[in-house]
Amino acid sequence: MELSGWGRFPVVSAEFVEPLDFSSLQMLLASSDPSAKLVPRGAGLSYGDSALAARVIGSRFMDNFSAIDETARTIRCGSGVSLRQLLRLCMPRGWFLPVVPGTANVSVGGAIAADVHGKNHHLDGSFCDHVLDLTLLLANGELIRCSKTSNPELFQATCGGMGLTGIIIEATLQLREVPGVFIQRRSLLAHSLRECFELFEVNSASSYSVAWLDCLARGKQQGRSVLYLGEHVDVSNKRPSQHPTRGWLTVPFDLPASLLNSYSLNLFNSAYFQAKRYAPKSDTVNSTSYFFPLDGIAHWNRLYGQRGFLQYQCLIPDDGAFEAISAILHKVSRAGKGSFLSVLKKMGAANSNLLSFPGPGYTLALDFKFEPGLFALLEELDAVVLAYGGRLYLAKDARMSEAVFKAGYPQWEKFVTLKQKIDPHGLFASQQSDRVGLTQAVR
Amino acid sequence: MKILIIGATSAIAIATARLYAERRDHLFLIARNAERLSDLAADLRVRGAQSVACKALNLDEVGAHAAVIAEAEAFLQHIDVALIAHGVLPDQTASATDYKHALNSITTNGLSVISLLTELAKRMQAQRSGTIAVITSVAGMRGRQPNYVYGAAKAMVSTYLQGLRGRLHEFNVHVVDIRPGLVDSPMTAQFPKGLLWSRPEVVANKIVNSVARKQHTVYAPGYWRWILLFVIAIPEALFKRMKF
Repeated sequence: MELSGWGRFPVVSAEFVEPLDFSSLQMLLASSDPSAKLVPRGAGLSYGDSALAARVIGSRFMDNFSAIDETARTIRCGSGVSLRQLLRLCMPRGWFLPVVPGTANVSVGGAIAADVHGKNHHLDGSFCDHVLDLTLLLANGELIRCSKTSNPELFQATCGGMGLTGIIIEATLQLREVPGVFIQRRSLLAHSLRECFELFEVNSASSYSVAWLDCLARGKQQGRSVLYLGEHVDVSNKRPSQHPTRGWLTVPFDLPASLLNSYSLNLFNSAYFQAKRYAPKSDTVNSTSYFFPLDGIAHWNRLYGQRGFLQYQCLIPDDGAFEAISAILHKVSRAGKGSFLSVLKKMGAANSNLLSFPGPGYTLALDFKFEPGLFALLEELDAVVLAYGGRLYLAKDARMSEAVFKAGYPQWEKFVTLKQKIDPHGLFASQQSDRVGLTQAVR
Repeated sequence: MKILIIGATSAIAIATARLYAERRDHLFLIARNAERLSDLAADLRVRGAQSVACKALNLDEVGAHAAVIAEAEAFLQHIDVALIAHGVLPDQTASATDYKHALNSITTNGLSVISLLTELAKRMQAQRSGTIAVITSVAGMRGRQPNYVYGAAKAMVSTYLQGLRGRLHEFNVHVVDIRPGLVDSPMTAQFPKGLLWSRPEVVANKIVNSVARKQHTVYAPGYWRWILLFVIAIPEALFKRMKF
C-alpha cells in the first residue's frame, strides 16, 4: 500500500503489517526474508521518510497498558500506546508526562525512537530522559530489556535511534505530579529576533517556553515573534476537561497548494502578530490546547496540498545561534517561502543518546510546501546550519544529505558499529537511514 | 456495572471494554486467543477495571457456550451488559463457490451468536434485568454482490434480535442491535481506507451510549442510517447491476 509520513512527501509503496500481538510479530520476523528491509512505524507522524521502507511494521495494535505503580508514578505500556491514551490515564490522577511534543497523537515507541522534546527541554530534557526501561525485539528474534543501567549502550542507541536497532515492544515511563491540568500562559511580544533571544534568556527559569515567529518579516522586524511561557497551575474553581479529546475540526480534503503563496503567508503572519498585540498578555488555558493546539484540527497536513510539505528543523549551538538563525530567516523571507508555523525554542543540555537531536542552543522549525526550487533553498539553509556546527532533526527530515547528517551527528560511527553487532544483516533500515548512510542502500 | 464481552479481542470490543474499564466496571472477557486475552485483561486493570476475568474459547464450539456463560455469571454474579462482538469477514469468492466455506462463516457470524443469545436470554430472563448488545452490520440490510454471505449471517442475527427484544421486553431485559459501517480494524486490514471509514473508538462510544440509553437499533457512526436509507431505496432492477 501507499505510505508516507505526516508531511506526505515522499510517498512509497510498501508492504504494511500491523501485528495483533507479540507472537505474531515474532513469527513475522522469523519467517521474513532477511534481505528485505524493514522498519517499525508508530503513529506515522514523523514528517519524512523515517518510517518508510519496503516493509513496514506498525505498532497500532501493540497498545496495551501492562502495569501502573500509583506510588512511584510509573506506567508500563506497549509501544503503540499514544501519548493521548497515557494522558487519559494520568490527568485524572493529577499526573502529567514529563515531556510532551507538539502532538499527543504520537506513540510511545515513536517518541522514544525520535527522542522527542517539548517546550520544557531547557529544564527537563527530552522524552527518553524519563524512560526507565524498554524492551526491544532484536533482528535475531531475541527480546532484550535495556535501561540507563542495564545494556546502556543499546539503550543509548535505541533512544533517538529511529527504530534502527529493533522493534520497541514495551516501555516503562516515569510520570510526574503537577499542581493542576491548567496552564498559566504568558504571551510576550518581541519586535525583533534580538528581542526574542533576550526574552528566552531572561525567562529561562520558566517551565515551558516556545516562540511563534513571523518567518517572512524582513529588515528591522526580522524575527518578530510571540514568546509563550507556561506554568502548571491549580485552578480548582474551573472544571478541567480531564480527558484530552480530539477536536471536531477537520480538513476533509487536500486544499489547492496554490492557496499558500508568499502573499497569503505574509498576510497570515502579519495578521497573527498584530492580533497578538491586543490579545491578553496572561491567561489560563487547558493544558491540551496549550501543548497540542494543532490536534484540534484533524488532517491539517492537507492544508499544504496534495504534494505535501516538508518541515525543516535545525539546532544551532548557543555560540552563533543568533547569527545563524538570522541568516536562515533572511534566506527564507527573500525566497518568499515559509509557513504559518515557524517555531523557535531555546534548548537545554544534550543527553548521552547517540542520535538524539536536542542539545544546548536554539532550534528553529519551518514548514514549507513541496514545490520546485524548495530543495535548492533548503540546501542553502543546510550550509548555514553546518557552518555554525548545527544539525537537522531526523524525525522531520525527508531530504538531508549524508554529509549534512554525518557532520551534525558526530556519534554516528558509534551507532553504526553497535548496529552491525546487533543487526549484522541490516534488517532494520528505512529509506532515510539508507539516504543518510546509517545503513547501506545497496547490499 | 458487570459487563460480559464475547469476542473481546475484536477491535471494537477492545475499545468498548476500555471505556467500561475507565468507569471502574467489572468485566468478564471471552475470546479465542489466550495471549491477547490476558494482555487485554492487564490493560483493562491498569485503565481502572475493578476486576477482570477471562476465558479463552473458540466460539464456533457452540457446545461449550452454556458452560462459559455460566462461568461468566458465577464471576460477575449478575450480568448488567452482555456484548457480543465476534465475527469474521469471509472471502466472498470462496464462500460463493464453496458451501463449506460459507457454512463456516455463517456459523461464526450467525449461528454461534444465536446459540449465545439463547443462553444469555435464559439467564437475563431469570435475573429480570440487563442489556444484550450485539454487533451486527449495515451489510445485513441489503445483500450486495461483494459480501452477501457475510451480510446474510448478519441479517439473520438482526432479525433474531428484533424478535428476542419483544420476547424479553416483559422481563425488563433490553436488546440493542449495533450496526457499524466501515470500521478500520484488523478485520478490514486489506481494504484501502477512505472518507467513510471510522476508528473502532467511535463505534465503541456509540455502543456505550446506546446501551445506557436503551436504544434499539443504532448505526455507528449515525450517518450510516441515511446511507442505508438510500441504499435500500435503489430499485432492484438497478441494484442487481451494481458491483459495490
